[in-house]
Amino acid sequence: MNKKQKKMLIRIIAASVLLTGLHFVPINGALRFIAYMIPYYIIGNDIIKKAYKGIINLKPFDESLLMAIATLGAIILAIYNEIHGQTGDYVEAIAVMLFYQIGEFFQSTAVTKSRKHISELMDIRPDYANIERNGAIEKVNPNEVSVGDTIIITAGEKVPLDGIIIEGNSTINTSALTGESIPKTAGINDEIISGSINLTGLLKVRVTKNFGESTVSKILELVENASSKKSKSENFITKFARVYTPIVVFSAIILAILPPVFRITFLNMPALWSTWIYRALTFLVISCPCALVISIPLTFFAGIGGASRAGILIKGSNCIETLSNIKTVVFDKTGTLTQGVFEVNAVHHNKIDEKQLIEYAALAESTSLHPIALSLKKAYNKKIDLTRVKDVQEISGNGIIAQIDDTEVIAGNEKIMKKFGIEPIICHSSGTIIHVAINKNYMGHIVISDVIKPEAENTIKELKKIGIKNIIMLTGDLKKAAQNVAEKLRITEFYAELLPNDKLNKMEEIINNKNTAAFAGDGINDAPVLSRADIGIAMGAMGSDAAIEAADVVLMDDNPLKIPLAVKISKKCLSIVKQNILFALIVKFICLILGAAGIANMWLAVFADVGVMILCILNAFRMLFFNDFHVKIKS
Amino acid sequence: MKKTYKIEVDCANCANLMEETARKTKGVNNAVVNFMTQKIEIEFSENADVSSVMQEVIKNCKKIEEDCEIYI
Repeated sequence: MNKKQKKMLIRIIAASVLLTGLHFVPINGALRFIAYMIPYYIIGNDIIKKAYKGIINLKPFDESLLMAIATLGAIILAIYNEIHGQTGDYVEAIAVMLFYQIGEFFQSTAVTKSRKHISELMDIRPDYANIERNGAIEKVNPNEVSVGDTIIITAGEKVPLDGIIIEGNSTINTSALTGESIPKTAGINDEIISGSINLTGLLKVRVTKNFGESTVSKILELVENASSKKSKSENFITKFARVYTPIVVFSAIILAILPPVFRITFLNMPALWSTWIYRALTFLVISCPCALVISIPLTFFAGIGGASRAGILIKGSNCIETLSNIKTVVFDKTGTLTQGVFEVNAVHHNKIDEKQLIEYAALAESTSLHPIALSLKKAYNKKIDLTRVKDVQEISGNGIIAQIDDTEVIAGNEKIMKKFGIEPIICHSSGTIIHVAINKNYMGHIVISDVIKPEAENTIKELKKIGIKNIIMLTGDLKKAAQNVAEKLRITEFYAELLPNDKLNKMEEIINNKNTAAFAGDGINDAPVLSRADIGIAMGAMGSDAAIEAADVVLMDDNPLKIPLAVKISKKCLSIVKQNILFALIVKFICLILGAAGIANMWLAVFADVGVMILCILNAFRMLFFNDFHVKIKS
Repeated sequence: MKKTYKIEVDCANCANLMEETARKTKGVNNAVVNFMTQKIEIEFSENADVSSVMQEVIKNCKKIEEDCEIYI
């Protein structure tokens, strides 16, 4: 609670105590009036002042003015009654003001709390960096560190800037960025991302990006600007509030004047001015649109904040809205549904032992850093004895010839085999085929292919479960490879052998044919497609500026299961928003009618205003818990 | 040129009013108030003197919402 809120609380308590106390004090007439004005002044002085300023600055239609007119009106009616011999009801006016202030107080604390709650979730901003200067370690502002500097990160500290480890080993917790709770191990030459936490060892890191360009700044900027991009529902409310209040005020004026005049002139009945003015005042109390104005941005904010905690960055409330409406999800294959790293899948037609064949191939490729070579080394899974390998000769794009244990090994594609007069056995599996020949004798081939992510199958299932019917896969890969993945994941529609440009055309076709479509890719070469889609989802974007720039939704890690989660969060968000809009409008409308008919008194009107607002805020709060729930289940 | 300032404002409606007021101030091309993060992003028109424009923005905002605050 801040100072203002504390002061408000004291005013609320003081006014309530006085109001209750006065009920038991036997005073009458002018003295009673003056006595009641004390709590009224305590609770309402700022509102009256604001209303007065509003009139002076020609901005009359704000809620302060409405409250001022309504309560002052009620007091004048009470005085009028006193003069005519009845007891005037001052309590009502004071109570209305009191409840209004309680509502405001509640709103202000609720918003402060949720703001704090969410910003704590995103508490990834590093406060300092340790830098070595003249042999001593100094704490400096991360802003002052430049590219190429060496920073020191001790165990338990936040990584302040992006960089590369040059000394030390440690485990790194990236959960604040990715929502992934299992720590990663990191060693020399590994990249390290700002905002993650160094858990165990002491690290020396060479800085590769200055603070403004570092991941942590980009994320904070993105999340903080997210709720400035307003959704359609928010714009609707802003526009609605602009017309709603004046309409109700004018209706109130008409309600106060027209029926009494009508009664006198046409019905020959007494005017009953005080009754109709009272009804008009009730109108004014109901007319404040604050339940909507506050609860809807709050819901979106909670949605965006919670999603970012799960490693899903959503760029704006408008994206949440579109995301909740998507009917089609288009996936890029490599790096999105598959890992984009290659693995040995099978060995065919081998004339020597499978393991031995892989051993020869791995040794032959031992000096290469090509992904294929890496996958062979991984499959071999032993330390490579480089003394066994001699005379390595790489024939670019085709393969390698090397002397291993004094035998000549050729490993590569069909072309290199044929070049040396060896007849390879053509493989029908999908993937990259490495043929191996020893002393120019064909020994069989190794099938290397991309691996489907373990979460991919569940992702497709989840998406279907939440009502996304069209799931399409696009890939630049060969048809056979694409079909293989599509069958395993039960994706019925896929398009293979597409150039980046074809992907864009295909995406346009899909958008034109089907309703709202999202595209999920790794953002490396599909940035145009990401920005063309209704919602572009970039995966594994930690550190990739291009993807963060082009996409609407950014997944910090490359777990595709986050896509259905993001859709679920947005659907929940939108359903809360809709509930609040409907609930608030219906209650207000009913109360307006009851008020006009004289059934609703000012107490009910206060409920329609403050009560509805509190209920809407509480409803919006569910968004916070929804995200917590999911994050917990995941970890 | 765009600049972001920290603000303090209590109600969402007042935040909208601040946004509107800032937008109408001379020298300001566009203004966006983010109520949740309590920030205002102001896009100044070319050749605008930032500090004097900001003084004007603060003055106008104070007029419509007495207890709002913009921290320069």
